[in-house]
Amino acid sequence: MNEIWLALLVGFPAVMSLAVAASGRWPNLRETVSIATSIALFAGVASFIGPVTAGARPSVTLLEVLPGIGLTFTLEPLGLLFALVASGLWSLTTLYAAGYMRGNEEHAQTRFFVCFALAISAAIGIAFAGNLLTLFIFYEMLTLSTYPLVTHHGDTESRNGGRVYLGILLTTSIGFFLPAIIITYLVSGSITFTAGGLFGNAGLSVLGAGALYVLFLYGTGKAALMPFHRWLPAAMVAPTPVSALLHAVAVVKAGVFIVLKLTVYVFGVDYLAETGASQLMRWVAAITVLGASLIAMTRDNLKARLAYSTVSQLSYIVLGATMASSLGILGGGMHIAMHAFAKITLFFCAGAIYTATHRKYVSELDGLGYAMPITFSAFFIASLSLVGIPPMGGVWSKWYLMEGAADAGQSALIVVLAISSLLNIVYLLEIPTRAFFHNPRPDTPRRWQEAPWACVIPLSITAAGSIVWFLYPLPFLQLLAPWAPQ
Amino acid sequence: MIEQFFAQMPALVIVLPLLAAPVCVLLHRAALAWFVYLITAWACFGLAFLLFVQVKIGGPISYAMGGWPPPFGIELVLDSFNTVVLLLVTGIGAICSLYAKASVAAEIARERAYLFYAAMLLCLCGLAGITVTGDAFNLFVFLEISSLSSYGLIAMGAKRRALLSAFQYLIMGTIGGTFMLIGIGFLYMMTGSLNMADIAERLPAVADTRTVEAGLAFIVVGASLKFALFPLHVWLPNAYTYAPSSVSAFIAATATKVAVYALMRFLFTVFGAAYAFDELPLGEVLLVLAVVAMLSGSMAAIFQTDLKRLLAWSSIAQIGYIVMGFALASSAGITASVTHMVNHGIIKGALFMAAGALFWRLRTISLSDIAGLGKHMPWTSAAFVLAGLSLIGVPATGGFISKWVLLEAVIEPGHYWLAVAILVSSLMALIYIGRVVESLYFRERPEGQAVPGEAPPIMLVATWTLVLANIAIGVHATPLVGAAERAATALLGGGA
Repeated sequence: MNEIWLALLVGFPAVMSLAVAASGRWPNLRETVSIATSIALFAGVASFIGPVTAGARPSVTLLEVLPGIGLTFTLEPLGLLFALVASGLWSLTTLYAAGYMRGNEEHAQTRFFVCFALAISAAIGIAFAGNLLTLFIFYEMLTLSTYPLVTHHGDTESRNGGRVYLGILLTTSIGFFLPAIIITYLVSGSITFTAGGLFGNAGLSVLGAGALYVLFLYGTGKAALMPFHRWLPAAMVAPTPVSALLHAVAVVKAGVFIVLKLTVYVFGVDYLAETGASQLMRWVAAITVLGASLIAMTRDNLKARLAYSTVSQLSYIVLGATMASSLGILGGGMHIAMHAFAKITLFFCAGAIYTATHRKYVSELDGLGYAMPITFSAFFIASLSLVGIPPMGGVWSKWYLMEGAADAGQSALIVVLAISSLLNIVYLLEIPTRAFFHNPRPDTPRRWQEAPWACVIPLSITAAGSIVWFLYPLPFLQLLAPWAPQ
Repeated sequence: MIEQFFAQMPALVIVLPLLAAPVCVLLHRAALAWFVYLITAWACFGLAFLLFVQVKIGGPISYAMGGWPPPFGIELVLDSFNTVVLLLVTGIGAICSLYAKASVAAEIARERAYLFYAAMLLCLCGLAGITVTGDAFNLFVFLEISSLSSYGLIAMGAKRRALLSAFQYLIMGTIGGTFMLIGIGFLYMMTGSLNMADIAERLPAVADTRTVEAGLAFIVVGASLKFALFPLHVWLPNAYTYAPSSVSAFIAATATKVAVYALMRFLFTVFGAAYAFDELPLGEVLLVLAVVAMLSGSMAAIFQTDLKRLLAWSSIAQIGYIVMGFALASSAGITASVTHMVNHGIIKGALFMAAGALFWRLRTISLSDIAGLGKHMPWTSAAFVLAGLSLIGVPATGGFISKWVLLEAVIEPGHYWLAVAILVSSLMALIYIGRVVESLYFRERPEGQAVPGEAPPIMLVATWTLVLANIAIGVHATPLVGAAERAATALLGGGA
């Protein structure tokens, strides 16, 4: 396998965004270009599955940014998993977005698809980054390329949402992440991701390591740890496809992926287990899991409820990282994929409901299930997956997370996960229950009124995905084999 | 023949603009004068580049003006430090010469344009002269040449307030210049020499006298006035705001950097780092002032309603970064200073050029008047946004590289409070740049206001050259940081 392909794959969507821009006048051609790009990208990323599973770690350095620090791409299993999820769901989202944007007659659709492609490019760059500087470059590129998507409507509400979005993400990254990288560089002499971590013999005190870990995790604002989570609900002013792919998959998963990556390749799982440097953030994650679920229960706006649910679910993955056990990494890694499939389905459904009926509040959904059976069935399936009930894929990630907690001797975390599941039931299953079992409001349609097929097909596929991954979780286990039990 | 030319290059870089200025006056026609200015500025840039390469390969150059050997005659010295600064000054000068034509035609009366170009050439000559000279008194002379020409240039601004601003700058600048002169006089009194290298040799014998200490103090205060270090910055916002666009761009990008250069040259080459920073508490004083400048400048920038004034306050803050670097008196610190001198020169040049392009269309530059222009002037607005991101320190821009090297320099010796100040100031930049972005992209064009088209291509080319240079540095900073490291070695007396 040729290493230069890594760099080409990162650049590919960015280059194709020019083609998207050029074909702006012919919407069908434009969307064809987008979908073709996303499928080609997915195929390109997937071609690395074989070599990486076999233990290869292809690496390529393009430029020397600073003396001794290059723009480097290195592929390892976690990055590959994230890249596969992001690029795979991008193709479905593009199809969905075509239906949604046209169904709602949105303006500036070309700018929308161009920024989308740039954002994917940045996400792949994060997935493939071989050192902290490369990671940071693409991290900020992802923030900036999604800003025009968040503020797409251009009104006061989206401007304010955009302020919070950019304000928190840039503040945390420049204020915490950048100094953390430089301290790492000064302490260990390297910022290259290395199996086993960088601090083994660096003579960093436990307190110093703990502080650095805090700096890194809060610096990764995209992981939405409390109290720096407000940007995610604020980003919900964006059109729904953006919320679906970026704020359920690409952007937020970039955040938690970085947390996993830092834990494994900068600190090292064993190092964290020995020093206990991740303890503080473990409890921050636990509080975020429960706190965000509690807030989600109070939200009537469907997308806001889903956003807080995402904040909560992201911290599952942070929990997996901070429990400093390789089973936790396995569970966290799997949850990246499982949550992605379930949450993108939920957002697709929210968008489909809005497109078909222009309703966006939970309390307006009573009895709507008979008009939109496919959408609400998909919603039901995805909710079960998030709660962690068989036969849905979400069972596996929760299973490994709990096993990891037991392995690390953290039974309190098992309780946190269990309570969170109960809370999920309350605020997620309420929605399909209302749709199917409550008496419809007088103005609720009784006849078949699904959203356009371009919306319904993608959400059916992702919902089916949740079931498939329950029956067949092997691909993820193989990919994450380095952390799987022997 | 060609060797003759190479040998004379250090002098040519000053003599060319000095001779071209009267030629502009004699030609009198605006277009011809501009052409002379353009050719001269690019020739100087070419010379600076050749000198940079020559020094990189062959080590420092010493050139005796008129054949009089130093320390009796005036010596021009080129080393790894000042060739970088020279490259910045002439590079910005060359790009400004492209930009100037359209902007001058719109802002300055046609019959006076030739004077403008002559003054720009004199200013270039003065700044280049300060950079290359190895003679303390000669440095003062060039400082005055650059200052006097810039007073004239600022006074040519379109609004009547420009006259007052130029006068304010004249008073403050003259005080600064005079302080420098007094300081140099004290040194001359104690050492009997004006050649910098020669003074440096003779100084240790008399270092403990009150006279030398006073000389140092006068030079530090004088130079600080010139580069507008807090609290000596009051002249700067008005001067930058009311100057013609191309003057703002040129002076903001170069003049303060050259003044910083002059101070660093005195502190490290003439006095020596040990004397200035170990025996006297200069480092601590400068660090505190730098932090106050960074925070107060950024804070003031947040509350401005005039785009050029906002950028001017941001400059005051950015000077703080540069001063902080060399005030650490470490190799890493000087590297950071030099890196940021170049980066800030490029960024501020680009920002003032973009602001000038908006002004060219609108004849006003207040944040409420530029509302909604993102759609109508997409290239200008995008250039402003990209350069603004660099000011915040977003990766893959030059500003990020500056921040990286500076943070490394302050965290290494454990000055975490300085790191916090740097980061807080960066985030304040996020706010003031964000305000401009929101005005450009999120507000509707005010009722009854003109809906202009894009700025002239030549102005965009100049602006985007700087923007792209800035991004190029961001993804491949090794040459710049390498040059800055060599400069630090040269200043700290490690040879080349």
